Amino acid sequence: MIGPDHRSPVWPTAEPAALAGIRICDFTGQLAGAGATKILAALGAEVIRIEDPVRQGKWDILRGTQPFVGDHRGIEAGGSFNNHNAGKLGITLNLRDDRAKELLRDLVAVSDAVTENFAAGVLERLGFGYEALRRIKPDIVYVSNCGFGADGPYGSFRSWGPIVQAVSGLTFQSGLPDLPPAGWGYSFMDHTGAYYMATAILMALFHRRRTGQGQWVDLACIEAAGTLHGAASLDFTVNGRPARRSGMPNSNRSQSPAMAPHGIWACNGDDEWVAIAVRHDEDWQRFARAVGEPWTGDERWERLAGRLAHEDELERLVGSWTAGRPKHEVAGSLVAAGVPAAPVLRPSERIDGDPRTRDWGLWVTVPHSAVGDTRVEGLPVRLSETDWAIGRGAACLGEDNQYVFGDVLGRSADEIAELEADGVI
Amino acid sequence: MSAFDASSPASPRPLDGIRVIELTSERCALAGKLLADMGADVIVVEPPGGSPMRAYEPFAGDEHDREQALWWWHYNTSKRSVVLDLDETGGADDFRRLVSTADVVIEAEPLGRLDAAGLDWRQLGAASHAAIGAAQPSPDASGRNERLIWVSITHNGRERPDPPATDLTVLAEGGPVWSCGYDDHTIPPVRGGGNQGLQMACHYAVATLMAALMWREDSGRGQLIDVSMLAAANLTCEFATYFWLNQQVDVQRQTGRHALPQISEPTQVRCADGRWLNTGVPPRRGPEFAALSGWLAELGLAGECSSTELLKLGESYEQIDILHLDADPLSAEVFGAGRDTINFLAERLGAHELFVGLQSIGLACGIVYSPEEMLADEHFVARGFPVEIDHDGTPVTYPGAPYRFSATPWRATRAPRLGEHQDLLAD
Repeated sequence: MIGPDHRSPVWPTAEPAALAGIRICDFTGQLAGAGATKILAALGAEVIRIEDPVRQGKWDILRGTQPFVGDHRGIEAGGSFNNHNAGKLGITLNLRDDRAKELLRDLVAVSDAVTENFAAGVLERLGFGYEALRRIKPDIVYVSNCGFGADGPYGSFRSWGPIVQAVSGLTFQSGLPDLPPAGWGYSFMDHTGAYYMATAILMALFHRRRTGQGQWVDLACIEAAGTLHGAASLDFTVNGRPARRSGMPNSNRSQSPAMAPHGIWACNGDDEWVAIAVRHDEDWQRFARAVGEPWTGDERWERLAGRLAHEDELERLVGSWTAGRPKHEVAGSLVAAGVPAAPVLRPSERIDGDPRTRDWGLWVTVPHSAVGDTRVEGLPVRLSETDWAIGRGAACLGEDNQYVFGDVLGRSADEIAELEADGVI
Repeated sequence: MSAFDASSPASPRPLDGIRVIELTSERCALAGKLLADMGADVIVVEPPGGSPMRAYEPFAGDEHDREQALWWWHYNTSKRSVVLDLDETGGADDFRRLVSTADVVIEAEPLGRLDAAGLDWRQLGAASHAAIGAAQPSPDASGRNERLIWVSITHNGRERPDPPATDLTVLAEGGPVWSCGYDDHTIPPVRGGGNQGLQMACHYAVATLMAALMWREDSGRGQLIDVSMLAAANLTCEFATYFWLNQQVDVQRQTGRHALPQISEPTQVRCADGRWLNTGVPPRRGPEFAALSGWLAELGLAGECSSTELLKLGESYEQIDILHLDADPLSAEVFGAGRDTINFLAERLGAHELFVGLQSIGLACGIVYSPEEMLADEHFVARGFPVEIDHDGTPVTYPGAPYRFSATPWRATRAPRLGEHQDLLAD
């Protein structure tokens, strides 16, 4: 519908963009959905995010909640919202009004994909389910994303990241023996659901590009999460060995593959920790040399079987060595010896104290129309020919109405003013 | 009828006809699997003796055999295997020939290893491109493949140091570990399970690779994609990152819930059968209080529950402002009553009954399943999530599709035996 040279008006460089010419009609929000189209926008797609003017876009709870950007407050100041929507365009549509539905039909007709992460069935009830979208544009790609998926016995159940993680097994698998589940201390599956969603959108678009065929992708984040347990699921289906068993989980140890010592130990200071992974017997020799204490010479430690058989004792000894030492010093000496080790870094340390993330260009300063310059996340990839770029923070509510309704959909300035006055946009 | 039928061997897949050469490594195996299960011809190149993953526990039947490693099975579905010794001239030549037939190479080799052997992107890819618009690029006389996309996954990119690292150390220095653990900070922070430090980079690699494939359709040109595991972990920390970027404050870990600058209320409750439930946010709106009261009565427990009266009061609220409970003691009490009621029910009901009961009255919550319990749950079974994959006559149940495509469904076959497709090299 749009040529391969078309660029989003907020694409910031003259360099080629991998997804130039791709337009996304985007209803996503929060992180599980918005995180997906953020990746597409950074790779050059024109992502047009649609919000409800009546509710001031607050369906996305991140729009006006903490952490706020600096001292700013209100619906334009949500720091997470700004991060997840950087590089996108923003428009408003009050879909209670038929004129808004007409505008949406026109937008779908010039888009390549429609994306959303409402609760199952919401877009269909608005009159824009897959069959309706296909009538507007036969080759449309439609990707829906919710916790439990578009159908099934729990089709009406609702979720967000922590619930997805709980039901999928991810929460259970993260913790130490005889304690409650530690789980993930954040919405890991909102990030990862977004990764799967970005991949699904692009795979479906690639198929359409080569065959002309559109389709619907139903992404259930809990199912995506259920594929992320490595060998643990098969250990049950093949060997009948459940993950729910005595002594498990113990996710600071490594059972698959078996390694010891493998864990996180206290260092000098308050809440300072180091992670150490002795992968094999060769690593053990390196470790023993680097530590240089008499206990490392015990022959029980020479082979993995011995280290596993006395793992509790070995962990106490490792802890006696790390205690009182600075975490960077412990990790540095082990890495120099060839043993995997790393300090547990706080946000302040890894974002503003780690030259490796700064040098990568991971934290990008972008302008935002209401709150000024802000820092957002970039991508952990570099492309030699079509590198990513982010030109702007999140759009303010309806910030790109003129461009989309005027330049893209051909409405006149007068028409747009009337739509605005009538609360349609 | 569902829009989503199970895949059949005849149904098309989005990556049909795309050939991927993967140099086996735990760091890129998931990337290859994601592509292979969606139709790409992924040829995994193993060293003599087999991929290191073939020695990872656990094994089928606990038989320490390179064909029985469940890690290998899980991460290498739908791939084909050839054995090549890249340190030998013959193996290197075969690798070059394979690459010349490929659309994509995925590797996570130690930095410099391939370059030293003359088998890197720098030698085999289109390091310097002709002008855009040149006639269809193809493997040219020098052996370069102009259309090749090369995905390199390393600790922190191809131009930075490559320290020894594992899933654990990447998650520790990349940020996730800081946010995971317990209220009691004398207990170490926790590594989230399931090798996610390896998998995060693979997700970004695949999404980016798909974009590069899209661009190649128009430009005819491949490119290098340089993926940093450390950066991928840094970008998978949610609030820890956003609180620092926007407020310059560090979050602190809390048992089973979000790490935040302040300590928050618990969100996990142990149920009568010993299993845990994530309660989500307790009722805030009038209809939610009414629904909870109704269910309590239905269960015949309204008389026993000390919060019954406060729940009734909750029915009159449009929405309790939970950010300002300090200023409104009555609202705080009503809100607390919702939480107390869920705890009361947890003492009497099993986790599954409480989960389904609360969700059925519109209160979002989640049972804390183990992986095998999730696979057996009726919802996921009804949706066709667990799949049987044939192992030479024996069906084995696997977690299935991470997404359901209506026209080009996901489909997987068992992981290859070592060198099972060696005759590919004879072509």
